[in-house]
This record gives sequence, structure tokens and C-alpha cells, in this order.
Amino acid sequence: MSRNVAESTAGELPGRFGPYGGRYVPETLIPALDELTLAWAEAREDPDFTERFQVLLRDYVGRPSPLYLASRLSEEAGRKVYLKREDLNHTGAHKINNAIGQALLAKRMGKPRIIAETGAGQHGVASATACALLDLECIVYMGSEDIRRQQPNVERMKLLGAEVVPVEAGARTLKEAVSAAIRDWVTNVADTHYIIGSAVGPAPFPELVRDLQRVIGDEARDQALQAEGVLPARVIACVGGGSNAIGTFTAFVPDEEVELIGVEAAGLGLDTDKHGASLTAGNTSVLHGSLSAVLTDEEGQILEAHSVSAGLDYPGTGPEHAHLRDIGRARYVAVSDKDALAAFRRLSRLEGIIPALESSHAIAWLLGEGRVGEGDGGYDVLCLSGRGDKDLAEVLGMEDIQ
Amino acid sequence: MSADGRTNTGTERIAAAFAVARGEGRAALMPYMMGGFPDRESSLAVARSYVENGADLIELGVPFSDPLADGPVIHAAAVQALEAGTKLGDVLAICREVADRVPVVLMVYTNSILGGAGPEAFAARAAEAGACGVIVPDLPFGEDESIRAAMDAAGLAVVPLVAPTTLPERRDEICRVATGFVYLVSSVGTTGERSEVAADLKELVEGVESKSEVPVAVGFGIGSPEQAATVGQIADGVIIGSRLVRIAGDAEPGGVAEAVGSFMTETAAALAVEAASSRTVT
Ligand SMILES: Cc1ncc(COP(=O)(O)O)c(C=O)c1O
Repeated sequence: MSRNVAESTAGELPGRFGPYGGRYVPETLIPALDELTLAWAEAREDPDFTERFQVLLRDYVGRPSPLYLASRLSEEAGRKVYLKREDLNHTGAHKINNAIGQALLAKRMGKPRIIAETGAGQHGVASATACALLDLECIVYMGSEDIRRQQPNVERMKLLGAEVVPVEAGARTLKEAVSAAIRDWVTNVADTHYIIGSAVGPAPFPELVRDLQRVIGDEARDQALQAEGVLPARVIACVGGGSNAIGTFTAFVPDEEVELIGVEAAGLGLDTDKHGASLTAGNTSVLHGSLSAVLTDEEGQILEAHSVSAGLDYPGTGPEHAHLRDIGRARYVAVSDKDALAAFRRLSRLEGIIPALESSHAIAWLLGEGRVGEGDGGYDVLCLSGRGDKDLAEVLGMEDIQ
Repeated sequence: MSADGRTNTGTERIAAAFAVARGEGRAALMPYMMGGFPDRESSLAVARSYVENGADLIELGVPFSDPLADGPVIHAAAVQALEAGTKLGDVLAICREVADRVPVVLMVYTNSILGGAGPEAFAARAAEAGACGVIVPDLPFGEDESIRAAMDAAGLAVVPLVAPTTLPERRDEICRVATGFVYLVSSVGTTGERSEVAADLKELVEGVESKSEVPVAVGFGIGSPEQAATVGQIADGVIIGSRLVRIAGDAEPGGVAEAVGSFMTETAAALAVEAASSRTVT
């Protein structure tokens, strides 16, 4: 890293969203985070870089993704609903927007080795895909329990040339995979970039991931205005780490008349210890390098999360969401496993679209607690963050779905 | 206690411990232990054994569920301690038992400070238990001044970490505000034993020493008395973590104190011999 990097970031307060965010990581990583902060600040202003990113988003990912007026869903929801079709992206979810952007950035920074974590495998597949495309080495950390549950995605990653490293610690799921990736990064920081999969982690990651995902909301806002001439009443997205939600919300944040709703996983219920609703039912604490809403016990120990959807099975959330919650700009709600599973099936039958279990949480809220009375003139935009192919085996394995 | 009968601050007690070692021409020996590991009783025995077998200071770990700076050995020890129900209060009880004989510095992650009733309450509890300072491995310099202020107000040292990757300007800044001592991470990576002492360690230590008013202790990776002696030649203090935790974990029940004690005795002797031989040379 050059001396300029240190000078230009010296004394600057690293990214905070209100009190949230920051860089709660071992000292060893601080220079790499400074370097990344500067590299992103430069890259985003560089026309060659942005052009290359835009072209890949268009020709490789398939953007812009459609904003689809879901008529039969609308009837059931009581008002017009548009689905932002991130499920139609290459690799089947919004994760690819971030993975390609960060892989391009790593390439630009001269880091040949990429690490990533994955829960359900969507971000792992997206990272493996971006690395194949850009000829980068790719190592994906994945809890051994998730490896067992998500075998097809493991095979996809291997086919794409990635090495999948099983993580045996703790509950052997997403939280431990992120920890393992951070430990790898601490050890191999000189030649390695960590493509974190959500709007979490130490600064500048939450901001970087938001910037790369905001294309969702930027497109949706234009498309919605084109279709309806007015802004939507509500914008709805599911929240795991919060990347599809912050990507969808960002363009609408200045539009104060638009209600922003993030849907978390209530798992077996908020009154049990088996859920993933850190914004609705967590504490202010540190997880994976940032201060945010986290599920902890009374001594600050991180609790295991639970959700039927692996992508929402995480005890923390992005710091910007905690801030949007506190200032009242966004509202966060939670939906149970059971309701999400029902919505998974319902959308399949209503629209011929099999949603990811994560996205099914947003649908479930729309059809449940979020249902509005007839005759309301407004309309909603809902981010359909991914498709449900990856979830078929798991859902079909549950008897209550038939 | 100082001569006039007032309790010294944690910072002063740490300085005094380093001064004693320096007076003997050797580096201070600072063993690490995980509070509540292998179990509560045994970990108290470990602390006592450290006191009796040459520890100048003790680094006492507060178990945390997601310790990002730690390698597999200490991580597993934390998990085991937590699974056995170890709470902050249990760790502070160990601190209280030995703190009047050897200065204790708590190795504690941010969440244990923020959790419960917040930084001031944590600092008050730690000071009341006789701790001299804190090392917070996931709170790099400049990150959260409220935690530093709370520790300062309670007379607790805030020991900063400097890594091999830390750039000179930042390193100088860290040294300028360090209290207690500076913890120099000897190699890039998490805690854990290494087969060799980093080649550029001398340079790293000198870089810190030239800017720091407080002593420099080296940790991460030191796994044998020989390595300790080598590091003791160049630094003011030697921290031994994973190796001792491993010994404590592998020992027969009831034999924990003896197992860590014999490693400590050997290491203390190696540091003293190295000091004696370097004195005859110079
Ligand atoms: C389709 C889909 N939606 C949502 C998520 C949750 O992540 P985030 O909250 O970062 O969008 C995931 C994560 O794996 C996902 O695969």
C-alpha cells in the first residue's frame, strides 16, 4: 500500500451511520480497510471502471431487471404490486451485483486471491462466478451444516472453479463462515480481497455493498415512475444482512412520502429464541466488525439465529438499517417460517414465480400484516431478491408444505 | 500499595512490573489464560500457578463467542468456557484472587464491554476486581473513544495493539497515546503458535520503541521457551498465549497447575539465562 493511502485517510473517521458501523476488527486489517476505502473512492469516479461495471451488469447479469406488475398477487394483496425481478439475474439473485463489482475492484487493486463466505450458497455461487469471469482465485467458506443442506450450490461453486472450505465451528452456519473468512483475511491480507456478501462488516463494506446494490432501487424508481407517474406508497424488501433491502431503499430514502419496510425472519416466533430478527428484537452490539443491531445475550455474547431461509439465518444486520430504524425512516417487521413457507407456495401458484425463501418473507408480510383495504389508490414495489430453485429440496422435505 | 499507602493505578502497577524485570536485565514474562477454561476451578489453579512460577503480569481472557483475532486454540477454549456457563463475573473473580500479587490485564472483546451496563460499568467492575488494564483486540486505535475514556477514568490502562501491517504514521500515533504497554503483534494473522519468530521482529520492535514512552511486549505466535528467549532479547515483554492454553487443555484433570507451571518455570529460566548471557556479552 502506498504512503498516500495512509495520508489521505489519516484522521478521517471511518464510516458510521449515526452511531452504527465503524471498524471493530483486529489492527492487522486496518491498513487493508483504509486501502479499500480509497480504492473504492477512486474507482467509482473512474469512467473506465464504471463503464466496465455497467457493461457487465447489462450484458452478463442481464440488467436492468424488469419491474413486473404482478396482477394476481395484486388482487390478493388488495392493491397494485410491482415485483422487482432480481430473481431473473444471472445466478438467480441480487448477490451477483455486489460480487461482480467487488471482483472488478479486487482486480483493479491487484489482489489475485478472493475469499467469500456463504450461507445458502447464493453469494458463494455469485462470487465463484465473478472470479471465473475475471480469472481470480476463489475460496469460499461455508459452514459444514450448510454444505450438507445446500449440496447443489456446493457443486456449482466447484464447477466454477472455487474451493469450498468447510467451517466446523459453532452451529456450522453463516455466522461462523463469516468469522472464518475474516480470520483468513487477517492472515492473508497482503494478496487477498474479501468479497463480503451483504451490507455488513467493518467500514467501508456496508457502504461499498450498498453502492453496488443501489442499482436495484435506482432502476425500480425510474421504472415505477414510468409505469405509474407517481412514486409507490411502499417499498418492501427482506432483510438478512440487509443488502437487497438497502440496495432497494437507497434511491427512495429522500422520497419521504414513500414508506420503506424491511422484513426480517421471525423463525419460530419472536417470543422464542429461534429467530433472526435483530432489528426488531436485538440489541446494539458488535458483530463481524460493525456496531449494529445484533442478537446477543445480556453479556454481549452473540446468539445463534434461526430461519428456515439460510440467507436470513444470521444474528446481525447492516449498520445503515439500524440507523434508518432509529431515525424512523424505515420500518422493520418480522415474518415466521410458517408464513414464509406459505407465501413461497402462494406466489408460485399465483404468478408462476417460485421465489427464494428469503424473498418469500417479504411476500408473506405483503399478504399478511401488510395487507391494505380495497380502494386504496397507492401501489407497492417489492424486491424479489432471488428465485427459489435452491430451496426446492429443503421445502419439499418439509411435510407441512403439501 | 505505594509507600504512602494509597492504591496505585493500574497503569502504575504495570509500569512497576516491567521495571522489576528490566532491573533484573530480562524481559517481563506475561502468560495468557482463558478465564473459565478448562473449567472454573482449573482456571483459578492456572492463575495461581502463573503467579508462583514466574509471571510478571497475567493476561486474563474473557471468553467471547466470536473472537475474530483468535486462532483455533483460543477460540475453542472460549467456546468451552462459555458452554460451561462462564460469565464476566467468574473471570473477574479469578482476577480478584491473584491481582494483589501480579498485575492482571484483561483481554476482552468489545461486546463484553458494551454488553451489560456499558463501558463505565465495565470499567468500574474491572477496577474493583483489581485489574490493571484492558487489551481489546477488536477495538483498533481511534475507533471508540468512549471506551477509552471510561477505562482512563477508572485508572485502567488501555493497551493498544500494533500489527506488522500498521503503517509508520499510524503506529507513531498509537504509541503516543498508549498507556500500560504497547502490544506488538509479531506476525500477520490470528493468535496461535508459529514455528519461527518473524525475521523482521527486531525492526518492528525498534520502530515501536523509538516512539513509545511505555514498554513494548510481543505476542502472537510464541510457543516455546527458546522462542521466548529470542523475543526477550529484543522486547520488554514476552506474551505466551495459545501454547499455554493448549497445555491447560491437554493436561489431566487435577494436573493443570503443574503442567502450565513447569512450562512457565522453563520459560522464566530461559528468559533469565538469556538475560545473563547477553549481559556478559555486552
Ligand atoms: C435471494 C436472497 N435474498 C436475500 C438474502 C439475504 O441477504 P441480504 O439481506 O443481504 O439481501 C439472500 C442471502 O443469501 C438471498 O440469497
